[in-house]
Amino acid sequence: MTAFRSLSVAMFKGFFRERVALFFTFLMPLMFLVIFGLIFGSSSSSKTKIDVVGDGPVLSALQQTGIVEFQHVDSFDQAVQAVRSGDVPAAISVQGNQVQLRYAASDSVQAGTVQAVIRSVVDHVNLAASGKPPTVTLDSQQVEDSSLTAIQYLTPGILSWGLATSAIFGSALTLVNWRKKQVLRRIRLAPVSTGTVISSRLLVTIGTTVLQAILFIAVAMTPVFGLKLAGQWWLALPLLVIGSLSFFSIGVLVGSIAKSEEAATGITNVIVLPMAFLSGTFFPVQNAPQWLQTVSEVLPLRHLNDGMVDVLVRGKGIEALVTPTAVLLAFTLVVAFAASRFFSWEDS
Amino acid sequence: MSKGSTIVAEGLRKRYGDLWAVDGVSFTVGEGEFFGILGPNGAGKTTTLEIIEGLRKPDEGSVTLFGEQPWPRNAKLLPRIGVQLQASSFFEKLTAREQLETFASLYGVSRGTAADMLELVGLADKANTRENKLSGGQRQRLSIACALAHDPDIVFLDEPTAALDPQARRNLWDVLRAIKDRGKTIVYTTHYLDEAEILCDRTAIMDKGKILAMDAPATLVRGLDAPTSVLIERGIVPVEEAKTLAGVDEASDDGVSLRLSTRNPAKLLSALAERGALEGLQVRGATLEDVFLELTGREYRA
Repeated sequence: MTAFRSLSVAMFKGFFRERVALFFTFLMPLMFLVIFGLIFGSSSSSKTKIDVVGDGPVLSALQQTGIVEFQHVDSFDQAVQAVRSGDVPAAISVQGNQVQLRYAASDSVQAGTVQAVIRSVVDHVNLAASGKPPTVTLDSQQVEDSSLTAIQYLTPGILSWGLATSAIFGSALTLVNWRKKQVLRRIRLAPVSTGTVISSRLLVTIGTTVLQAILFIAVAMTPVFGLKLAGQWWLALPLLVIGSLSFFSIGVLVGSIAKSEEAATGITNVIVLPMAFLSGTFFPVQNAPQWLQTVSEVLPLRHLNDGMVDVLVRGKGIEALVTPTAVLLAFTLVVAFAASRFFSWEDS
Repeated sequence: MSKGSTIVAEGLRKRYGDLWAVDGVSFTVGEGEFFGILGPNGAGKTTTLEIIEGLRKPDEGSVTLFGEQPWPRNAKLLPRIGVQLQASSFFEKLTAREQLETFASLYGVSRGTAADMLELVGLADKANTRENKLSGGQRQRLSIACALAHDPDIVFLDEPTAALDPQARRNLWDVLRAIKDRGKTIVYTTHYLDEAEILCDRTAIMDKGKILAMDAPATLVRGLDAPTSVLIERGIVPVEEAKTLAGVDEASDDGVSLRLSTRNPAKLLSALAERGALEGLQVRGATLEDVFLELTGREYRA
């Protein structure tokens, strides 16, 4: 058995026999998928509940929008009280042609949605009552496949985050642990090159990344979550490999700087969490200030994320990989160079 | 190579900050020799070993191993030397056999030797036990087996018996003797003087970075010209009378036994035998501890 193969096997075994590592690598991202799936996923729960008093054409038109859900109450006073106490974002009362809306400014997003929807419904009913044909007609349609749901966007983001986390943690901790236990030193005393040691760890990282991705996507594709892959989904594979390369380089840098497992864990968290949020992993980064978006452009996770959404969900072809690949490789080179400056075989 | 010198170290010095951890160490080790470097903690034993292994560059002095320079990292030498480091360096979560196979493969050695090595260190029945489930003594033996996995010519063991209970230490001695019987050159450090006396062909006593004495343990002790203590049960011979016995230099009653100090134990023993006063007899010769005391003027503390 060659040194490269046996070192890889040793690390794979060490990893798969460590239950905590397995949990963080394979179950944690799935847990996030479930949580975010519950928050954003099912369309019924995304309807805004409002209190309603009375009946009429405005209300039936409102119901047809599918944006609000009605809770009928006996009196408007009672409904307004519910708004005040924050139970519902808005209450509406319809008495003949008189429509009264009360909303809570404390929940500005939902109140805004409800206001806009009700205003447009009222306008629509007014226009219909006037008997005139509409001057402007609006044709609005979703650009993506009509089957697109929140899960389509969540999956690549959470997956990219999960891959980044485990690749960085994994390689950093191996390095710190091996240095601390003098395994690195012991390996140094054998006729094995640095390249062999580094590349065997890289193989483990890439292997773990691919396994993680397969498991995660397989679960996301079950009917419970309902992920549907775009035609050229397999383009995600080269992207995953290049992505893990860049996270591996971060991990080696962290592992070269940190002297203890605790330090490595701390540094990794400081890197991964801000990077995840800045890269639009959980929430779109488009609303962030421009300078912040510029910062996110240098983050590998941002580009892995973008590339994954493009090929897994948006159905883009190989041209979508050009930018992510270029940025990820450049990033890897820079960080790997830094890591090589800090790397040491033993604690001095 | 003939029975020549496996290691030649000359004038090694290594400084850490203001402290000369190794301060002018010279010695040679012959092929097949069991060489012990002995001394209290901080004597410079480990640093000396690391310089010879090629892990550190000496500030001054030179060292050759099989005629080659170990520093900078000499790939030609690496397969010929086996090293057991002070910390037990194992791969995480691997069984005893897997550890051995992994280490052997670093040298391109087939997995066949693992079973043989486990047998040698008495861990054949622990082959499938994970390293972290082994006892301290078993871990030490496994780490020695790992150092031997690629069949090196010389083995460096850094305090293999430290922190072991007496039984585990004795088991390890058997392992070390078995390794010597295979014709390996062994260089090992210890802070147990009694152990060095039993195991080593030759011992270097180190203190504060310097070698104070170097020879076969028995020669070192004999060279001391220290008196032998003969102990018998107290009350059999009165102290005053004991002082007049043949060969006795000094006699004292320590409350438990009568202690007789002599440079002629043979004469004293026959005198005691004539009187039938051998009840509870113990004879204690000088040890390396006395050598250390003589050399440094202070009691030996590991």
